[in-house]
Amino acid sequence: MTEPVLSVRGVVKRYGGNTVLDGVSLDVREHEVVTVIGSSGSGKSTLLRCVNLLEELDDGQVLLDGVDVSDPRVNADLARRGMGIVFQAFNLFPHMSVLDNVTLAPRVVHAVPRGEAERNALDLLERVGLADRAGSYPEQLSGGQQQRVAIARALAYSPRLLLLDEITSALDPELVGEVLALVRELAEAGRTILMATHEMGFARQVADRVVFLDGGRLVESGPPDQVLGEPVHPRTRQFLRRIIDAGRL
Amino acid sequence: MTSELQRERLAYKRSRSRRSTLVALLSTAVFAVAVGVTIARAPGWPRVRQSFFNVEIAWRSLPAILEGLWLNLRVLVVCGALILVLALGVATLRTLRSPVWFPLRALATVYVDLFRGLPLIILLYLVGFGLPALRLTGVPNDFVVLGGVALVLAYTAYVAEVFRAGIESIHPSQVAAARSLGLGPRQTMRLVVLPQAVRRVMPALLNDFVALQKDCGLISVLGAVDAVRAAQIEQARSFNFTPYVVAGLLFVLLAVPTARFADALGRRVERRQGGR
Repeated sequence: MTEPVLSVRGVVKRYGGNTVLDGVSLDVREHEVVTVIGSSGSGKSTLLRCVNLLEELDDGQVLLDGVDVSDPRVNADLARRGMGIVFQAFNLFPHMSVLDNVTLAPRVVHAVPRGEAERNALDLLERVGLADRAGSYPEQLSGGQQQRVAIARALAYSPRLLLLDEITSALDPELVGEVLALVRELAEAGRTILMATHEMGFARQVADRVVFLDGGRLVESGPPDQVLGEPVHPRTRQFLRRIIDAGRL
Repeated sequence: MTSELQRERLAYKRSRSRRSTLVALLSTAVFAVAVGVTIARAPGWPRVRQSFFNVEIAWRSLPAILEGLWLNLRVLVVCGALILVLALGVATLRTLRSPVWFPLRALATVYVDLFRGLPLIILLYLVGFGLPALRLTGVPNDFVVLGGVALVLAYTAYVAEVFRAGIESIHPSQVAAARSLGLGPRQTMRLVVLPQAVRRVMPALLNDFVALQKDCGLISVLGAVDAVRAAQIEQARSFNFTPYVVAGLLFVLLAVPTARFADALGRRVERRQGGR
């Protein structure tokens, strides 16, 4: 079997005395969509931020295509070029137009000439259905549109791995659909995706594998029908029962 | 078509607003007349008018004061530009976290603490009279240049703090977004943090700019013949204070466009980033 795109090995992350990730191990293979579920505070976002090297690990390793990028001797800026992350709160740059947001990384980091970067960006914006808003500023867009721009921005330099951090949590319910539809398209196109989500129904349809995180530990992992349908671990059952009671599954 | 009800309401609102305008006009007129009469009948008024608002002396002193003001303006432009660049540099130094930069960061902190606390007039004396007294080669002995140096030293410390406040007000999520795209720390600062920070502190910067406009007049204490010094010379010649009033009014007029510019700038940013 080939090397996984992402390999997380025994990652530990503490904030003060609080252990948020307590030895998490996880592989994501090429073209695989892995979904991380778990209650608030279970460490989903922290895991994604650790993978993106936005947080320093307290133990363990993050391997990207077999290379340990969590080694402090590795240039994190170079390692991040292989990954794209989309945040819960969009985090678009408010002082730049939509087009500049999407072309920033290709132009500045990858030295793509402006004209070419803008052509690629317009193609991407076309795919996320926002080509007509290229000249707009983020604050002139709805939440769903902003999140689609953020996805286009993360795709603009063709990263090997796409990290999606609860990208629909800050959206109004009627805007969730447009963003999820886009993620489904990306998954079907064979993107390698690691995503944290609260959308269980979506996870079930799109994910190749679902992992359940609880108290900073990975307690269950498997195909969506198994983890979401016939969970083995009592904590997973308890979590899913709460979700079902809240009408989210 | 508006309904009968709505038309009646509009007519009522119009009559109310006409009445408000009338009341405001009337009360202003009464107030102005009362103030005017009180001042004109005050026993000291003829003397005040004679020594503060003497039209003839104002007219006679105007060319010299304007010439002095031209010097103030040139000092303002040069100092303003230098202050912006240097302050941005000092502010950036103070936000660097790498240990390599520790000495520079410490130096920047000491500089800001020192020059923000030092009274400008003492700084002017030290730089303007103290430096030339050392008789070092290469030290300029032009009072305008030395005054400008003192202004730049003092204002850079202030403006650097304004910039730093702006930089620190940018949410860490913006930095995270930039870094996640592969931008390095310097690119993140230059392309993502600074543009937003500068926009955010623009009102404070323009406020400091108005203060600098006025403080450019302080180079007169070194003997540079600017608007204030010219007014002083005219005052000494005529034993009349009108030239000071003329110079003061000119400085006020100078500050007005800056204030309007700040308003316009605020509206532009609002137009572009607000609304749908």
